[in-house]
Amino acid sequence: MATVKTAWDQVSSNIFKTWLIMFLFSVFAFGVIYVISRAWLGPNIDALSIAGVSLVVAGVMNFVSYWWSDKIVLGISGAKPIDEKSNKDLYRLVENLCIAAGLPTPKIYVIEDTATNAFATGRDPKHAAICFTSGILDKLNKTELEGVTAHELSHVGNRDTLLMSVVSVLVGVIALLSDWYLRSMWYRGRNNEENKNGAIFMVIALVAAILSPLVATLIQLAVSRRRELLADASGVLLTRYPQGLENALLKISADKEPLEAANRGTAHLYIINPLKGKDIMGFMANLFNTHPTIEVRIKALKEMEGKV
Amino acid sequence: MIMYIVLGIIVLVVLWLLATYNGLVTLRNRVREAWSEIDVQLKRRSSLIPNLVETVKGYAKHEKSVFENVTKARSALLGASSLSDKAKANDQLTGALKSLFAVAEAYPDLKASENFKQLQEELSDTETKVAASRQFYNTNVLDLNNSLETFPSSIVGNTFGFTKEEFFKATNEEKADISVKF
Repeated sequence: MATVKTAWDQVSSNIFKTWLIMFLFSVFAFGVIYVISRAWLGPNIDALSIAGVSLVVAGVMNFVSYWWSDKIVLGISGAKPIDEKSNKDLYRLVENLCIAAGLPTPKIYVIEDTATNAFATGRDPKHAAICFTSGILDKLNKTELEGVTAHELSHVGNRDTLLMSVVSVLVGVIALLSDWYLRSMWYRGRNNEENKNGAIFMVIALVAAILSPLVATLIQLAVSRRRELLADASGVLLTRYPQGLENALLKISADKEPLEAANRGTAHLYIINPLKGKDIMGFMANLFNTHPTIEVRIKALKEMEGKV
Repeated sequence: MIMYIVLGIIVLVVLWLLATYNGLVTLRNRVREAWSEIDVQLKRRSSLIPNLVETVKGYAKHEKSVFENVTKARSALLGASSLSDKAKANDQLTGALKSLFAVAEAYPDLKASENFKQLQEELSDTETKVAASRQFYNTNVLDLNNSLETFPSSIVGNTFGFTKEEFFKATNEEKADISVKF
């Protein structure tokens, strides 16, 4: 323990990173929008103000995601809330881990689905929600479930949930834009009425439209993968029992059933990639995976055994 | 030129001092907050006791000494103010409760009673909560003590009279058997 980083440092660094990423993404999005609208509408149009307007739209979307991302995600996933009366064991398990983590007890939801998975969301601990599938509740024993819950609570405590929801909206905006542009190219190709200056922009815009969602997605993946390992580690500091999470990860990954309610937009929120079978295989799959491989995570957890 | 450099260094040192001081205050406040959470859980634990004693009394009137021990331990816990006293009283209560539940084993009617089962469950959950709040408290004490012991924040800590806090330790007995077994 050379430099002791407290959990609170993690929080401030995540909040800082959220702002930084929002800023960088905004600059990036501004450039992409400018180039695309310039190419799309020709040099006579005020591309700069179009870019400005688009950023305002993106800002509004960000605002919406900041305040309502939890409700949107839970709504999409078809999650139902539970309380102490309707599921005492689960409620107490979460509540007790929250006391150990010094967090307020989040709202708890269950998705009726036999797939085994869980996720957390919400902009800060006071507005957090943690969600389990009924499958994970059936298949895991108490220590395993505690491992999973502690992992999710770490996401909440570290403000990963804030960062990730903001990132996913920004990535979504860029993907949407390039999609629009590529579609419009299809129609414009028939008209063929561009000038020389426009041609260069057309090429730049085309490259930007193809590459930017890729870059945005890669950033999202890099951000989310490191976060999973971090949440594993701080979750174990809470339960002091790495084997619990290890066994849970093994059980969850052995279960090949994909979660019906999950999609690409929400995949990175879950403890294990819920799309499983739906994904392409091999190197590409690894490159575009929202989560580190189970082997990497288990190995990291094994190293923690006996140390906590 | 040199004057500006010196001035710059002084400003930086002052800023660092402010940040470190404020950081230590925050850490200390977190320890206090965590401490009050332990208190909440200990109170919750002791508030369950009278009900439990009454329930057991209904079935096992003659085990007077056991009830006395539990009641005594409970008032000791409520009366304790310092951290080490509370830890000790809490351990005492754990011990007394253990003999109470041992006695209960001899009364099948009592063991079958819904009320008793529920109280047992509540108590076991509260003990988990005590342990959890203690863990959170100790994490915060560790953060504070680390800052007070490591250089250079230790200088600020010593200058402004910050003191290290005590960990809330579990005794061996409690570690061995936290939950009430059925």
